[in-house]
Amino acid sequence: MSIEVKNIRKSFGNFVALDDVSLEFPSGELVALLGPSGCGKTTLLRIIAGLEAADSGTVLLEGDDASDTHVRERQVGFVFQHYALFRHMSVFENVAFGLRVKPRRQRPSEAEIQRKVHELLTLVQLDFLADRYPAQLSGGQRQRIALARALAVEPRVLLLDEPFGALDAKVRKELRQWLRRLHDELHITSIFVTHDQEEALEVADRVVLMNHGRIEQTGTPREVVEQPGTAFVADFVNLDDHGPAWLVEAKIRHRGYVLHAVNDADSPALSRIDLAA
Amino acid sequence: MSATLFKRRFHVLPGFHLALGYTIGYLSLIVLIPLSAVLLKTMTLTFEQFWTIVSAPRVVASFKLSFGAALIAAAINAVFGLMLAWCLVRYSFPGKKLIDALVDLPFALPTAVAGIALTALYAPNGWIGSILEPHGIKVAFTPTGVLVALIFIGLPFVVRTVQPILEDLETELEEAAASLGAQRWQTFRLVLLPILTPALLTGFALAFARAVGESGSVIFIAGNMPMVSEIAPLMIITKLEQYDYRGATAIALAMLVLSFALLLAINALQGWKASQRTRNPGRKS
Amino acid sequence: MAAAAALHVPAGTLGHFDYQASPATREANWLRWTLLTLSLAFFAFFLLLPLVAVFVEALRKGWGTYLTALTDPDALSAIRLTLLAAAISVPLNLVFGIAAAWAIAKFEFRGKQFLITLIDLPFSVSPVIAGLVWVLIFGAQGWVGPWAAEHDLKVIFAVPGIVLATIFVTFPFVARELIPLMEAQGREEEEAAIVLGATGWQAFWRVTLPNVKWGLLYGVILCNARAMGEFGAVSVVSGHIRGLTNTLPLHVEILYNEYNFAAAFAVASILALLALVTLAIKTFIEYQHARAMAASTE
Repeated sequence: MSIEVKNIRKSFGNFVALDDVSLEFPSGELVALLGPSGCGKTTLLRIIAGLEAADSGTVLLEGDDASDTHVRERQVGFVFQHYALFRHMSVFENVAFGLRVKPRRQRPSEAEIQRKVHELLTLVQLDFLADRYPAQLSGGQRQRIALARALAVEPRVLLLDEPFGALDAKVRKELRQWLRRLHDELHITSIFVTHDQEEALEVADRVVLMNHGRIEQTGTPREVVEQPGTAFVADFVNLDDHGPAWLVEAKIRHRGYVLHAVNDADSPALSRIDLAA
Repeated sequence: MSATLFKRRFHVLPGFHLALGYTIGYLSLIVLIPLSAVLLKTMTLTFEQFWTIVSAPRVVASFKLSFGAALIAAAINAVFGLMLAWCLVRYSFPGKKLIDALVDLPFALPTAVAGIALTALYAPNGWIGSILEPHGIKVAFTPTGVLVALIFIGLPFVVRTVQPILEDLETELEEAAASLGAQRWQTFRLVLLPILTPALLTGFALAFARAVGESGSVIFIAGNMPMVSEIAPLMIITKLEQYDYRGATAIALAMLVLSFALLLAINALQGWKASQRTRNPGRKS
Repeated sequence: MAAAAALHVPAGTLGHFDYQASPATREANWLRWTLLTLSLAFFAFFLLLPLVAVFVEALRKGWGTYLTALTDPDALSAIRLTLLAAAISVPLNLVFGIAAAWAIAKFEFRGKQFLITLIDLPFSVSPVIAGLVWVLIFGAQGWVGPWAAEHDLKVIFAVPGIVLATIFVTFPFVARELIPLMEAQGREEEEAAIVLGATGWQAFWRVTLPNVKWGLLYGVILCNARAMGEFGAVSVVSGHIRGLTNTLPLHVEILYNEYNFAAAFAVASILALLALVTLAIKTFIEYQHARAMAASTE
């Protein structure tokens, strides 16, 4: 499903969180909202979800104005920064929640719920944890359960708020790859919020850079790296002398062979390379 | 509490207006409107009339007793409550769990029951009274009896406000103090006591507030002799029994004003203490 | 002023820390024994002995007198009235407590702190004044007293007055317990429930309530104990009509003032038993809560 936001403004007291933001999210893409803390990215995500109302402006879901659609009816999947798993429910019950609270007419049968939940738990590779409680899981496991729970209601769009923010570096790297593969499999329109430029460039099809409630640049990771639109972008994506190296394109000639390395055709996300090697 | 309170704001969770409306409505009906009756009833008096009622010697004596005994009882509870909390957190001894649970007895035991039980103990022919009597110490039917009842009523407050702070206190503070050469007493006075002071003051204020208004446990043991062992709440009851509603209300208003003033003073003291140390390094999170 | 009793889980719940093991947190033996002796003596003289005295005095004249005192028609009607007052005031204050906690803990609005202060008000008002206010409103000379008399509505010196006075003094108990608990829990879980399609009621029943059930029960238990044991406020509005407007604590007073000590203590022992049951349930709740907290913060 495509998402479009038009002229969104939002302020909290004197603080302007979003200042006339307009954006389009084409169907099936994985987009990163990237920016420093306080730039308005999480607020924008919550407005798209319907968890927050904009002071002015509209949110269009598949071309329809969603301003009067309650978050319950928007069919969005939302993964909270701290997961917000229901601590008194088992993993199974957490994932089943969205199915159990459906109005009686739409509610699937118990067998159907069983089947569906186990299918989702298998998808996130945690079927063996079905009877555990959230407190007994590691951070990475909680993250994946939160994702399975969001997917259970078959959302038309998936919104993730700092999905890897609370994880340690190693788990974070693994989950990044996993999220990317999952998206390639499901092709559900997804937006995730992050303050980590590497995360955005390595995972997303497209990156939206935000600062002070405004959009600085929108583009593929390659565009952002090759043509940073503003000084802020160049600085924030860390393109100066000490920044990381990104593989954009390479041609290696060696003993008559030509090795042509380009980015994965499937996804415009970039790969980081280690120059010291 | 101006127009912004009622400006429609967006909430994802439902029920805000219903819940807040019900809260304010019920609060007004049960607490605010009835309490305002005290004020409005007193307004039907001129100031001279009001002053004559509350400055009558018998009323003044009852005020002195109620507030004086409540302050002393709260102070005694602060000292012994801290000690008891310390023992419950730091030492292990047989029956500790039981004692810990029983500390809350004054919250659960009806005050009238406490009153007659304390009287039975401290009366001249009671278990404790008969031991004290030969030494010339009279407890029941004297102001001391009032004090005993108020100590009982206020006992859990200090223990229960200090205990959690003591439990969450990091032992590293004491270890650091010891490694810097502090004696145990110095560590307590310079490191622990300042951290515990806000909780002690809170417990003191709670015990005091409870004690000032207390009647059930006091009236049995006090003897209720005018000018000597008659508490302020009893003065209100006495006036009511004589159908002197204005007198009762005037005393009630004076009591409310006095106890709020004292509680405000304790709050201010707490605020001042807190501003002396903007950060409290002893507490976790 | 808040109630001092609140659900709390000490930091050391998971592993017990032995303070006497390290020289930095240990007192000299003589000091430890002095502190223990003083504390326990204080506890015994002011708490334990009065409790024991109730039961000893109750049984002083034997079981026959004891049972006679409890099966006396006036005692039975006092028991009924006490149960009635609690059965009305506790649920009312429970609903209020939930509504107040929902509004205060899950939403931001101006004047919130002021509202909390107002909710605490009954804790710092003398129970006698809590009774007086109802006399001022419904009494013969009160605001609506004459109107009520015309319509044959008796409030003061009747059951409604006793219920109103009980509601006033037990007003903050449940709210005070729930507000900090629900504030600490935040609103992310409820938001997650709503995003997943739950209605407000579903979010409340399936997510909020299970998370605060121990705190809720704790507040109800304390509220109930106070409702059944209130003396000062009820005494002012009751009129002490035997068999009609006497609650158990008032019945104790009447018997005591008639020098019928054995009967007074017999009735008192029922209330003391109630207090002990309350403390037992309270301790059980604290244990359950500590377990639940330990499980969710592993």
